[in-house]
Amino acid sequence: MHKPTNYELWFVAVAALFLLFILPGLNAFTAPGSVLHVSDFTINLYGKYLCYGIVAISVDLLWGYTGLLSLGQCLFFALGGYMMGMYLMRMIGDLGQYHQPIPDFLVFLGWSKLPAFWQPFSSFKFATMMAILLPAVVALGFGFLAFRSRIKGVYFSILTQALTYAGCLLFFRNDMLMGGNNGFTDFKFIAGHDLRLPATQRELYICSVLLLLATYGLCKWLTNSKFGKVQCAIRDSENRVLFSGYATAHFKLFVFVLAAIIAGLAGALYVPQVGIINPSEMATDKSLEAIVWVSVGGRGTLIGPVIGAFAVNAMKSWATRAYPDLWLMFLGLTFILVTLFMPKGIVGLPAQIGALRRRFQQPKTDASEVANSKRVEEQIKPNLK
Amino acid sequence: MPPSKKFILTLEEVNKSFEGFRAISNLTFYMDEGELRVIIGPNGAGKSSMMDLITGRTKPDSGKIEFGFDTDLTKLNEAQITRLGIGRKFQTPSVYIEHTVFENIWLSLEGSRSVWTTLFSRVTKERRDRIYDVLKIVSLEGKADWKAGALSHGQKQWLEIGMLLALNPKLLLVDEPAAGMTDEETHKTGELLLSLEGKHSIVVIEHDMTFVRQIARKVTVLHQGSVLCEGTVDEVQNSEKVMEVYLGRKKKH
Repeated sequence: MHKPTNYELWFVAVAALFLLFILPGLNAFTAPGSVLHVSDFTINLYGKYLCYGIVAISVDLLWGYTGLLSLGQCLFFALGGYMMGMYLMRMIGDLGQYHQPIPDFLVFLGWSKLPAFWQPFSSFKFATMMAILLPAVVALGFGFLAFRSRIKGVYFSILTQALTYAGCLLFFRNDMLMGGNNGFTDFKFIAGHDLRLPATQRELYICSVLLLLATYGLCKWLTNSKFGKVQCAIRDSENRVLFSGYATAHFKLFVFVLAAIIAGLAGALYVPQVGIINPSEMATDKSLEAIVWVSVGGRGTLIGPVIGAFAVNAMKSWATRAYPDLWLMFLGLTFILVTLFMPKGIVGLPAQIGALRRRFQQPKTDASEVANSKRVEEQIKPNLK
Repeated sequence: MPPSKKFILTLEEVNKSFEGFRAISNLTFYMDEGELRVIIGPNGAGKSSMMDLITGRTKPDSGKIEFGFDTDLTKLNEAQITRLGIGRKFQTPSVYIEHTVFENIWLSLEGSRSVWTTLFSRVTKERRDRIYDVLKIVSLEGKADWKAGALSHGQKQWLEIGMLLALNPKLLLVDEPAAGMTDEETHKTGELLLSLEGKHSIVVIEHDMTFVRQIARKVTVLHQGSVLCEGTVDEVQNSEKVMEVYLGRKKKH
């Protein structure tokens, strides 16, 4: 049990060094055209992947560690993104198409003055605070009702999916005054920096690395604490946890809100890097994609989801260019294959290969014993529920 | 029998139906503090339903369920009832299979169970000693680092009893502790339960009559959701009513 942790720490340290210093360094200090040069496009792309990685950790915190398969994480991601988007819209000033001091879409809808709830979003601090607060409040309200009513398993998944779909429909409406189906785009400035400059994009990228590292650190600490043990206990045998005197609903609510905040922050960093936010970010398939990242990378670990997010999105970038029509097929096939043949994902591959090798070296005995004890466990497990 | 303050557990006129089936009907049951009580009864007699009602897993349709001094259990949920000091062991061993034996006991130790305290809780020297004390009682001190899922069936049963002990409950509800155990393990389990008598009040549900003979002081026979008779093992075994519904059936096995 001790060795993998060491590997993990090394991996994280090397990856952090690479992402935090080498990549942006090669972008800033080498000339374009040089072999070592990392293009602005790559930095921007990686910044996006990093945000996905953060969301993936939040999904795994719920799914892998607590057994809550939430299909609504993209809602919190998008809400965080929208909050930051509102600030970015205000920062366009009168540089929009209509040259008015209010966002273009409001002019288009016939507004001449800024609606009251838009007013405070001229402040970066306020928008950042809202990117944390709004997902947290939505998660708190929904989670409170769901966990108090003891909604579990697939019912919980369906409800979270319904929640994000409801959010999607709501934001599609023009009278929400949130940009309707076009959402927000055409951003110009963030905190006084021009978003179109590579240097600004690089700084946003570095912020994404830092947020990912902070999220990783926080979740590492959390899952190693007694709280983390309770979390996994809820996943494995919630009944027993209740009968050990823990109010499991409180624990689940805490994790659910924390995961929403993490996803919200990721969204807030994502939007200035991709330059657009619209209701399609809340569509149910986005959440499903996040589930695939986690299962491909390795559920129940903290580096797995990040690796999965990078791997699947790299594949997506390639597949949507090479075979645009087949991308969803690829995604589905990957999910099926990983579930069938790599239950522990990419992170679990070394152990899987090791086990396979051992099986060839000393056939039978070992493997069949393991299989037997597994079978017995599986027979016992359903009875616990 | 008039209710009195010294009962640790009081059930009066309790009824519970599941979709028309009366699992518990007019059940009245008293238990003294420090008592070790064995409940027997044929399948479907309402033994587990009774445990569910006491521990808050299901709510009675009518009737009174009280713990110690006037604590109404029907208003509380499972976690609250556990925190009052009522520990329950399930029929099938339910332990945290992905956690080590040590962690299983650690999570069950008495003390605060709020989100906040678990975030900052550490294994102090004192707690470690307490955990090893419990592990010694259930003979698992050598397996502290094992994953609970790797334990044998009997060991899991013991681990779960250990988890109950870590809780230091006033009342232990133990559902078929000897199920699936070898004769030797069963005997050891019996001794373990007897050693706890007096320190905790214990209710044991059991089928195995050898085991019942080993541990029983007072036996309650349940039948069709209410108490058929109460007494010593001999009294109960010689009761005609009991022979008819329980032992009579048992012979057919």
